[in-house]
Amino acid sequence: MPSTLPLGLPAPEDGVLPAGAAAGADTRDFCLYVHIPFCAVRCGYCDFNTYTATELGGGASQDAYAGSVLAELELGARALASSGVPHRELSTVFFGGGTPTLLPAEDLATILTTATALWGLAADAEVTTEANPDSVTPESLRILKDAGFTRVSFGMQSAVPHVLAVLDRTHAPERVLQAVRWAREAGLKVSLDLIYGTPGESLEDWRTSLTTALSYAPDHISAYALIIEEGTRLASRIRRGQVPPIDDDDHADKYALAEELLAGGGLTWYEVSNWARTPDDECRHNLAYWRGSDWWGAGPGAHSHVGGTRWWNVKHPRAYAAALEAGRSPAAGREVLSPEDRHVEDVMLRVRLREGLSADVLTPGGRRAVAGLIAEGLVEAAPAFAGRIVLTFRGRLLADAVVRRLLPD
Amino acid sequence: MARTAPVPAATDPAIIRNFCIIAHIDHGKSTLADRMLQLTGVVEQRDMKAQYLDRMDIERERGITIKSQAVRLPWELDGTAYALNMIDTPGHVDFTYEVSRSLAACEGAILLVDAAQGIEAQTLANLYLAMENNLTIIPVLNKIDLPAAQPEKYAAELANLIGGEPEDVLLVSGKTGAGVEALLDKIVRELPAPTGDPDAPARAMIFDSVYDTYRGVVTYVRVVDGTLSPRERIQMMSTRASHELLEIGVSSPEPKPSKGLGVGEVGYLITGVKDVRQSKVGDTVTNLQKPAAESLGGYQDPKPMVFSGLYPLDGTDYPVLRDALAKFTLNDAALVYEPETSAALGFGFRVGFLGLLHLEITRERLEREYNLDLISTAPNVEYDVTLEDRTEIKVTNPSEYPVGKISEVREPMVSATILAPSEFVGAIMELCQQRRGVLGGMDYLSEDRVEIRYRLPLAEIVFDFFDLLKSKTRGYGSLDWKADGDQVADLVKVDILLQGDQVDAFSAITHRDKAYAYGVMMTGKLRELIPRQQFEVPIQAAIGARIIARESIRAIRKDVLAKCYGGDITRKRKLLEKQKEGKKRMKMVGRVEVPQEAFIAALSSDESKDKPKK
Repeated sequence: MPSTLPLGLPAPEDGVLPAGAAAGADTRDFCLYVHIPFCAVRCGYCDFNTYTATELGGGASQDAYAGSVLAELELGARALASSGVPHRELSTVFFGGGTPTLLPAEDLATILTTATALWGLAADAEVTTEANPDSVTPESLRILKDAGFTRVSFGMQSAVPHVLAVLDRTHAPERVLQAVRWAREAGLKVSLDLIYGTPGESLEDWRTSLTTALSYAPDHISAYALIIEEGTRLASRIRRGQVPPIDDDDHADKYALAEELLAGGGLTWYEVSNWARTPDDECRHNLAYWRGSDWWGAGPGAHSHVGGTRWWNVKHPRAYAAALEAGRSPAAGREVLSPEDRHVEDVMLRVRLREGLSADVLTPGGRRAVAGLIAEGLVEAAPAFAGRIVLTFRGRLLADAVVRRLLPD
Repeated sequence: MARTAPVPAATDPAIIRNFCIIAHIDHGKSTLADRMLQLTGVVEQRDMKAQYLDRMDIERERGITIKSQAVRLPWELDGTAYALNMIDTPGHVDFTYEVSRSLAACEGAILLVDAAQGIEAQTLANLYLAMENNLTIIPVLNKIDLPAAQPEKYAAELANLIGGEPEDVLLVSGKTGAGVEALLDKIVRELPAPTGDPDAPARAMIFDSVYDTYRGVVTYVRVVDGTLSPRERIQMMSTRASHELLEIGVSSPEPKPSKGLGVGEVGYLITGVKDVRQSKVGDTVTNLQKPAAESLGGYQDPKPMVFSGLYPLDGTDYPVLRDALAKFTLNDAALVYEPETSAALGFGFRVGFLGLLHLEITRERLEREYNLDLISTAPNVEYDVTLEDRTEIKVTNPSEYPVGKISEVREPMVSATILAPSEFVGAIMELCQQRRGVLGGMDYLSEDRVEIRYRLPLAEIVFDFFDLLKSKTRGYGSLDWKADGDQVADLVKVDILLQGDQVDAFSAITHRDKAYAYGVMMTGKLRELIPRQQFEVPIQAAIGARIIARESIRAIRKDVLAKCYGGDITRKRKLLEKQKEGKKRMKMVGRVEVPQEAFIAALSSDESKDKPKK
């Protein structure tokens, strides 16, 4: 998640949601995100809310962190019940970071067990953790599997040492293969995260990363263009001319190569930056974000969304732990989405999906734009005639421009 | 301070002294004037605002005086009470005509020069003007309290210019007040008293005319012959229009009604007219019943020299701009405008100005006082175009440049005076030659300072000439210019095309030798300024159908944020909404979206942006 929190309305101390958030809840999935704000090393491109100090103090230290999360989950269950949100089993759980696997696997297991005790876990639930290839062992993966985890997503980023070096990634490229094998042996599905467009990365470097990733036969691959975020070390290195700036045309070439090689390797895109081996391998947790489902986001800086109310927690682990220790909600602010806001989000998120966006949700102005988008080769013609807006390959690369045209003026 | 100040309308011309201060911007004229107001007791200490006479905020901020005013100061010397009229003159090159009228209202002038900087070109030009009008000159060096002051050097320079002795140059400091009393004494001693015929039909010259929201037009006059009295009917000799004198008086410096104004006196008139065009600077006021046979002469209609299109960024502001311009013309007889439409910029006005500063000030005031965001197109001069069928047209806007067969184009010329340290002569000559200038002469003002005279096409100095001169002379060069006829020139219109569509706002009339450079410069600029579109956009510069330069903006291939997860959604939505807002500020040229900022940046000169304005 981005490190800067939005400006919003104040959030109440008991975490209770405004009236209306509960409406229609039984028709929506309910998911849980757990943020683990720790990393062994801060990567130069990363602006996520994460900390490298092992000892942040109080409930913010790595040792005590799980306890703070448990407190938030209990507060969350109470708050949802008081808000009149019907009880729903969790359909997905996702541990992200940071590096969740920096915490002992037992802590992750305890958090999952507690969440299951509070809400229940659907029989076919997807439970994912992100992991650094360096921070897993056969044992830790076994513990996760036994606790109910189904999936692990490794931050592979690149298979090329000089690219990993620019990104400040510390793992040896060959370590990834080992981690993938251990995960498979533990019975977990495997996803690999890749980053393209790193300064200094050639098209051939990127080809190497893609073919290497494919050779590990993952179930799922996410490939992200590197975003230079303000305030990161990489941004200042570019500004000082120490590394070359990123280039959108280079990104476009690399995206095309990703689509070509991943599709050739048997993976199918289901979101702009995500490919899966089969529909069952798609990340249902992320699909829940894009489809506007409900989720509780636990941990410092985490965002939650229930029925059109979105809120976000205080950023710093210490402030987060202190709020929970005092029995207060750690929410820093929230927004209640207007129908217009929800429409904007619906269009901008759903159009990124291969399943597309129903033309019914568009305003008359948005519908009028469709013909032009088809003519320009940005939107697929056949699905559009059947009432779904699905991006072409070129449309995926220009998705934000498509969204702007589909939204009312 | 005088114990008993002489009363207006009953003041013997022998005790009147009319003077003005000739000075460059920043040489401390307003501060000196403030000090005189204090010493003569017309402004109490507690009412003193710095630069009392500069009324408009913009004037105070930029430290320049745009509109002149006159203040009556009582001063006693050797037991006699005198009435001194200080006529404040505009300090900038664009207002030469107003300066000439202010000078014509005086018998003497204080030549005020910064003791650390020496004389500047505009001051020199105004000094020559004063000498041509036979004014008595009192040379004064100001800011002698500054550590960088070089009074000996610049006293010698002034003495050399006006033909006196360096010892006669007064040394003052407006800031500390040193020497100011001596200056007031010297004004009384050295300046001649005004002369005129008290029994002749009244004749008074208008040297300024200001619109006031509450009082209507306030007209400042210098009476030459006869007397003007309240309630009489007066006549403007150039237009024959007559008005009743509702109020007459003197400024001290707040307006004080009087029983009239007699020979040699300076004061104001209020007739209830609402537009300064009915009370023109340079005109002669007389009595309707007993009119003078001849006017005082010297009247000219103000002639706009520089034209620019002014467009509101937001098209819905057009009526606001229209009303604002209408109000401005009430107080600015030199401002002319007419509606204009640009395919690229929408509805706006073609506005004529006296010069570039006049343009900048007007634009800044429109933006500030009416909360407008304006685009101003590149300034243009007025061309006289003769077609082969002998039809003659005047062109102030490149998009009106005829496409048919042209037999002759004439462009306005100026004679320019540049003062600078002699080490910069080479750089200045190079600049002027690049701008098609012809050297008229060169004189040394002192050992290391020169006056260089060039005849140049006005079009070559209206855009960035002054800024370049400043940068090539490390800030020491100064410029003055005045209109100097016209000349036949080999001019062409360069059009800029975006994806084949002509963008009228970027068309320019240039000398044939410079068309290519303009084309390369503008197409290159636009390539940088216009964001990539979903298709390739060719940018071409053309003379007629002939393409002289081309660039192209490659199609954008990627416009998508790679990641959008739970914590990104709010930020992403806000970003999208901002982009949507930004799109509203785009102008469509054919299918090409051009941001307003691109128009502004393309139309401003590279050299002048981010630089302090003159």
